[in-house]
Amino acid sequence: MSIEVLLKEFAEISEHPRRQIQAFKAEGKKVVGVLPYYAPEELVYAAGMVPMGIWGSNKKTISMAKEYCATFYCTIAQLALEMLLDGTLDDLDGLITPTICDTLRPMSQNFRVAMKDKLPCIFLAHPQQRKPAFGIQFTMDQYQHVKGELEKISGNTITDEALREAIKVYNRSRAARREFVKLAGEHPDVISAVSRSAVLRSAWFMIKDDHTAKVEALNAELRALPPCDWKGKKILTSGIICDNPKLLQIFDDNQIAIAADDVAHESRMIRVDAAETGDPMMALAQQFADQDYDILLYDENSNQNRRADFVVKQIKDSGAQGLVLFMQQFCDPEEMEYPYLKKALDAAGIPHIKLGVDQQMRDFGQASTAIQAFADVL
Amino acid sequence: MAKEVSPGVLALRKVVEDVYADAREAKKQGKLVGWSSSKFPCELAAAFDLDVMYPENQAAGIAANRDGEIMCQAAEDLGFDNDICGYARISLAYAAGKRASRKFDPETLEYVINPASGRPLKDENGKVVMGEDGKPKKDPKTMQPYTVLDDIHEIEALPETTEKEIAYKNFRREAIKPYRQMRMPQPDFVLCCNNICNCMTKWYENIARMCNVPLIMIDIPYNNTVEVHDTNVAYVRAQFDHAIKQLEELTGKKFDEKKFEEACANANRTASAWLRVCDYLQYKPAPYSGFDLFNHMADVVTARGRVQAAEAFEQLEKDLAEAVKVGKSTTPFPEKYRVMFEGIPCWPKLPNLFKPLKEHGVNVTAVVYAPAFGFVYNNMDEMVRAYYKAPNSVCIEQGVSWREGICKDNKVDGVLVHYNRSCKPWSGYMAEMQRRFTEDLGIPCAGFDGDQADPRNFNEAQYETRVQGLVEAMEANAENKEG
Ligand code: SF4
Ligand code: SF4
Repeated sequence: MSIEVLLKEFAEISEHPRRQIQAFKAEGKKVVGVLPYYAPEELVYAAGMVPMGIWGSNKKTISMAKEYCATFYCTIAQLALEMLLDGTLDDLDGLITPTICDTLRPMSQNFRVAMKDKLPCIFLAHPQQRKPAFGIQFTMDQYQHVKGELEKISGNTITDEALREAIKVYNRSRAARREFVKLAGEHPDVISAVSRSAVLRSAWFMIKDDHTAKVEALNAELRALPPCDWKGKKILTSGIICDNPKLLQIFDDNQIAIAADDVAHESRMIRVDAAETGDPMMALAQQFADQDYDILLYDENSNQNRRADFVVKQIKDSGAQGLVLFMQQFCDPEEMEYPYLKKALDAAGIPHIKLGVDQQMRDFGQASTAIQAFADVL
Repeated sequence: MAKEVSPGVLALRKVVEDVYADAREAKKQGKLVGWSSSKFPCELAAAFDLDVMYPENQAAGIAANRDGEIMCQAAEDLGFDNDICGYARISLAYAAGKRASRKFDPETLEYVINPASGRPLKDENGKVVMGEDGKPKKDPKTMQPYTVLDDIHEIEALPETTEKEIAYKNFRREAIKPYRQMRMPQPDFVLCCNNICNCMTKWYENIARMCNVPLIMIDIPYNNTVEVHDTNVAYVRAQFDHAIKQLEELTGKKFDEKKFEEACANANRTASAWLRVCDYLQYKPAPYSGFDLFNHMADVVTARGRVQAAEAFEQLEKDLAEAVKVGKSTTPFPEKYRVMFEGIPCWPKLPNLFKPLKEHGVNVTAVVYAPAFGFVYNNMDEMVRAYYKAPNSVCIEQGVSWREGICKDNKVDGVLVHYNRSCKPWSGYMAEMQRRFTEDLGIPCAGFDGDQADPRNFNEAQYETRVQGLVEAMEANAENKEG
C-alpha cells in the first residue's frame, strides 16, 4: 500500500473512534474503555476484549459533566465523563480508571457513581514507589484486581499463556510506533505533523495487531525513501496530548516538523516494553517500575533534574532545534515540572514556547501567531 | 472588646510557637531541620528526635498574614502556574528563598510606612478621630511598612566590606517579616506523604531539587474502598521500614523504639482529646465557633506527637466543660443556624467569610477535619491504616459517611461547601457529595468559589449571595418541620 493510502486510513480511524467501537461490537467483541495513564492494556487484550483509549475529545463541549465537576479540571478528564454521560461511549463493556493525578483521583469516583448500574468501572491505583520490591508487589496486587474484574466482564480466564502472547503483541506495537516516530522525524516531507498524530492516535482505537501491521508497512515504505533534505525547522513536542489536527496544521503550514516527542499520549506511553518470558504479571509490574522521566511519576533521585535532562538529550539526539510545550490547562503535574524543564532548556541554550491548550479550543489564532513567532527564532 | 481567650487556647497557641522556636534553635545549633507534609507519620521522625516544620501550616499562616498573594506571585514568576495549589506555590517560593519583607530606605535604614495600612485612631471615649481631610485618622502604632518581596540568597550574596554595607545587609535580613512562618528555617531533608494529594509528590520533589536535600517518601495511593486491604497495608508498612532506614542513614542514629512509642502514645492522646474538643460542637448552642477548630488544627498538624499538644487539648476540653456548665459561648453572636463548613477556609479572607455568617447567626458546628484528624491506633499496622485514611485519600462512600456522621452528631441545618480552587482532590467530588447530603439528611447545601491561600480566587459578592441563599433554604426547612 502506498504511504498516501496508509495515512488516509490512519486519519479515518483516528477521527472516528466511535465508529471503531461500533465495528468491534458488530463483530461480537467486547470493548473496554481505558483512561490515562499506564493501565495495562495487555490484560484487556489477553481477556479477548478490545481496549479503547479514552483521552477526551477535540469535538465535544463540557455540559453534562458539570453536574460532577467544578470548572478547574482538565478537559481530558471532564470530556471523558461527558462522553460517558452523553451516550458516546454507551457501547463500552467496562472502563479502567487509573488515579495517578489529583484530577483522576476524585474523577474515578465520579465515573463510578455516574456509571452505576450502567458500566463496570475498574479502579486502578498505581504506586509511586514503583521500583523497590514492595512497589512491584503492590503493582502486581493492583493488576491482579484489574485482571479479576476483566475476567468477570469477558467471562474468560486470563491465562499466563494468553497474557504472554498479549505482551508480545504490545511489545511489537510499541517497537513499531517507536520506529515510526523516528522515521517520521527523518521524513517530515512525507509525514506531516497532522498525519504523524493520526498514526499514533489511531493506536488507541485499534486492535494492536491490525495497527502494528499497518505501521510496519508504513515504516517499510519510509525506510525505502531517500534521505530528506528538510528546509524547514524541527522541534520536539512535549506535554500530555497534542492531537488536534487544526492545531498541528499550523506546524505544517509553517514548515515546522516534529523530530520527536515527549508527549504522554504518544511516546511517553511506549518507551518501555515488558519481558516476554517468566511470570507475565510480574513482567507488567516490572514494566511499570521501569517507566521513567515522566512528570507523573515519582523520581527517587528528585534532587537531580533527571527528567528535564532526559528531554534535553532527546532534543539533541533527534536534531530538534527547540521545544514546544503543550500545556493542558489545569494539569498540575505538568505545571509543577515546568520551571525545572525551563531551567534545563535555558541552560542548554534550547529555545522553547509554552502553549496553553485545552480540548475545547476551537480558535487557534493566538497559537498560530505564537508558533510563527517561535519558528522565526529557531 | 477583646475576645476572651481560654487557658486551653493559650496553651495551644504556645505549643505551635514552641514547635517553630525549637526548629529555629535547632538550626542555630547546626542540627538537622526537616520539612514535612501534614500527614506524614510524624511518629517516625520523632523516634529520631528530629525537628520538623510543616509547609502547609506555614503557607496557611502566610496566607492569613496577608502575604499569600505576594508569595504566590513570586512562585508564578519562577514559572509555577497559578493553577497550582496555593500552599504549594507559597511553599515553593519560600523554598526558593523568596520572602515577604518590609520596605525600607537603603540610605536611612528606616521603614517606609504604607499610608493605607493601620487601624483608625480612637480617642479616650472610643470615638474615631477625624483628620483635617475629613477622613478618619490612623493610629500610628498600627501602621505598617509596605510589603516587598525579597530573596535570602540575594541578601547573603551582598558584599560586607564597609560598615555601611554590613549595616545595610543586616537591616535587610531583619526587614524580612518577623512572624514565625516567614522565619522558618530552610530544610536539610524533606518528608513527603502523598495520602492527601499527589501534588505533594511533585511539590516535595521540587523542594528537594531546589535545596538539594534528601527526600523521604511515603506513597499512599488513593483508595476506592472503605476498607484498607491487607495488600495496601503491606505496601505502606514496607515503606515505613524503608523510611526508618533512610532516617537512620540521615541521622547516623538508630531508630529509638522508646521515643517512637512515646510519640505514638502522644499522637493518640492528642487525637482523642482533639476529637472530644470537636464533640463539644454537638451542644446546642455550641460553646465555641467551629472556625476556631481551623486554628487548632495547627497543633494537630505540627505537634500531635508532643505531649504538650495533648495536654493543651485536654485543657481546652476542661475550659469547654466549664463553659457549657455556665452556659457561655465564645461565638460572638447568638446561634440561630448550625452548618458544616466543607473544606479548608480561605485564610486570607477569614473576616470576610465570617461576616455574613455572623450577620445571619450561622455558627459553624462541624468541620471535616474533626474526623479526618482524629485517628487512634494501637500498633504499626493500625497506624498504617490510620494514615491511609486522610481527607482526600478515601473513596466517596467513606468521605460521605464521615461528613454525614458529624452533620448528624453536631446537628447541622445546612452545609456550606468551599469549592477550593487550590485543592483539586478535595473539590473533585463535592458536587456528588452535596447531592447525597441533601438526599440522605434532608439539609440544604450551598457552594461558593474560593481559595485557601490565593485571595485573588475569592469572590465576596458571590459568597454573600450563597450564604444568603443557604440561610433562606434553612429557614424554609425549619418552617416546614414546624408546620
Ligand atoms: S491532563 Fe493532567 S490533570 Fe488531566 S488527567 Fe492528565 S495528568 Fe491529570
Ligand atoms: S491537599 Fe489540596 S490543599 Fe492540601 S496541599 Fe494538596 S492540593 Fe494543596
